[in-house]
Amino acid sequence: MPPVIEIRNLRKSFRGHLGIGSHLAVDDLSLSVQPGEIYGLLGPNGAGKTTTLKMLLGLVRPDAGTVTLFGRPPRDVAARRRLGFLPENPYFYDYLTAVEFLDLYGRLHGLDAGERRGRIDRAIERVGLKGREKTPLRKFSKGMVQRVGLAQAIQHDPELVILDEPMSGLDPVGRREVRDLILTLKAQGKTIFFSSHILQDAEMVCDRVAILFKGKLRAVGRLDDLMSPEAKWVEVTVKGSVPSGIGGERRENPDGSTLLVLPGFDALAPAVAAITAAGGTIAGVWPRRESLEDLFLREIGRAQVEERVS
Amino acid sequence: MRAIAAVALNTFREAIRDRVLYLILAVALAVVGGSRFVAMLTVGSEVKIVKDLGLAAVSIFGLLIAVFVGVSLVSKEIERRTVFTLLAQPVARWQFIAGKYAGLLLVLAANVVLVGGAVLAAVALMGESPLALVPAIVLILVELSVVAAFSVLFSSFTNPILAAVGTVAVYVAGHLSWSFDLLRKRVATAAARTLCDVLHAVLPNLDRLDVKADAVHGVAIPAGTFAAAAAYGAFYAIAVVVLACIVFERREFA
Repeated sequence: MPPVIEIRNLRKSFRGHLGIGSHLAVDDLSLSVQPGEIYGLLGPNGAGKTTTLKMLLGLVRPDAGTVTLFGRPPRDVAARRRLGFLPENPYFYDYLTAVEFLDLYGRLHGLDAGERRGRIDRAIERVGLKGREKTPLRKFSKGMVQRVGLAQAIQHDPELVILDEPMSGLDPVGRREVRDLILTLKAQGKTIFFSSHILQDAEMVCDRVAILFKGKLRAVGRLDDLMSPEAKWVEVTVKGSVPSGIGGERRENPDGSTLLVLPGFDALAPAVAAITAAGGTIAGVWPRRESLEDLFLREIGRAQVEERVS
Repeated sequence: MRAIAAVALNTFREAIRDRVLYLILAVALAVVGGSRFVAMLTVGSEVKIVKDLGLAAVSIFGLLIAVFVGVSLVSKEIERRTVFTLLAQPVARWQFIAGKYAGLLLVLAANVVLVGGAVLAAVALMGESPLALVPAIVLILVELSVVAAFSVLFSSFTNPILAAVGTVAVYVAGHLSWSFDLLRKRVATAAARTLCDVLHAVLPNLDRLDVKADAVHGVAIPAGTFAAAAAYGAFYAIAVVVLACIVFERREFA
């Protein structure tokens, strides 16, 4: 199947204040998003994520390279008909009520009155805003604005949902709900492309990720391919004394127990034997694999070293 | 067409939920109502004073709305970033500008109907037929539509303050366009004369749309003159809105 999003050698720079100097926001970025996948565009603040999304939506023109949505340029209205978008820190028309706001966006998608009513009800219910339909958006909290923004992005049943930092500004419950919503959309066959710097959330939902740093793509691929599925280290909690001959790192826990960090499974059996021989008790053993955060920090660290060298 | 209508309705809704509009409208209606008392204090035909002040109120308060609502129409959307979500929808940029302009026209039309209606009622209450004022009121709306087009044009590429200055400057120059002709005869250099010609040709001739004095004095406006003036204003406004669409098409929203 042809990709839903295809980005090839994308480059964008912005002029500095009063036209002096320039800042390279996105540098030779290429990626493609396949139908039905959840794709996370990750990176620290200022990495170029939002600029990439803006080029994807036709809000910003690339200096070089191409972007296509469903094989069409983003400025093509027909391409945008098939997508839903939630911007970062959304601000919507605060003089409208939630229903009026969703009705406006339903009209922009050419839905007729009956269709709009049904879809608005469903979208409001889905994002947990039931009972707040007639409340003006100016009275909404940040989290509620984010929810109504999500309702706007999904109410017309788009094939592609683009979300810019959808979890930022949400409490843990809200973040969980957004994650669940993303997974539900995937189960319905939708493609989700979102940017985030909240790695835990991305790790829980993404099929594939791209890590951006200073406009450059540092890593891209399936999470399983990028992160080794095998345990990188083993954490052992020991109650009582820990013999000094055991390798690995030791940390004192607040409850008086010791956390022993062993370099791998090979070191586990001799360590357990030595601890029990010395009269200690094993309270727990946790094999740890690399997290997305570890991968992210590793890639960013590598990029910074390369930058210093060059 | 649906997208333009949706943007226009939203623009209209935004304006009618803004208290400033009601303040302008209240003052305009107060001027029309108060004109009767002003007329009592002056020498001459009372009804003429009411017509004069009333038509001036329709024009001036309409101008205030065209400028103050119009100049932030597009720039506010960019500043508040609401434009990001809107242009991510299946809405072409020209449809967005056309919708914004149509919404502003609706607000201006509602204002002209209300204040103009109050003037007609005031004149009728004084026992005179107000029908002769109708063409003048319609041409005020046409004039406002030209001014509104400029405020949308300026709003599409600059901030509200500069847009307001630009729109008011065009309004003033538009009413003084005859002076470029006069000036042309007095300047010595060919370049200055060319500049006068260009300004005379490019700036709107808003005096052509101002038939208030004739209407107040009961001079009938020939149908041909009225139709030509209305068509001139409408075409001019459309040309300026097209220019605004071209400018907006090229904008980036970083």
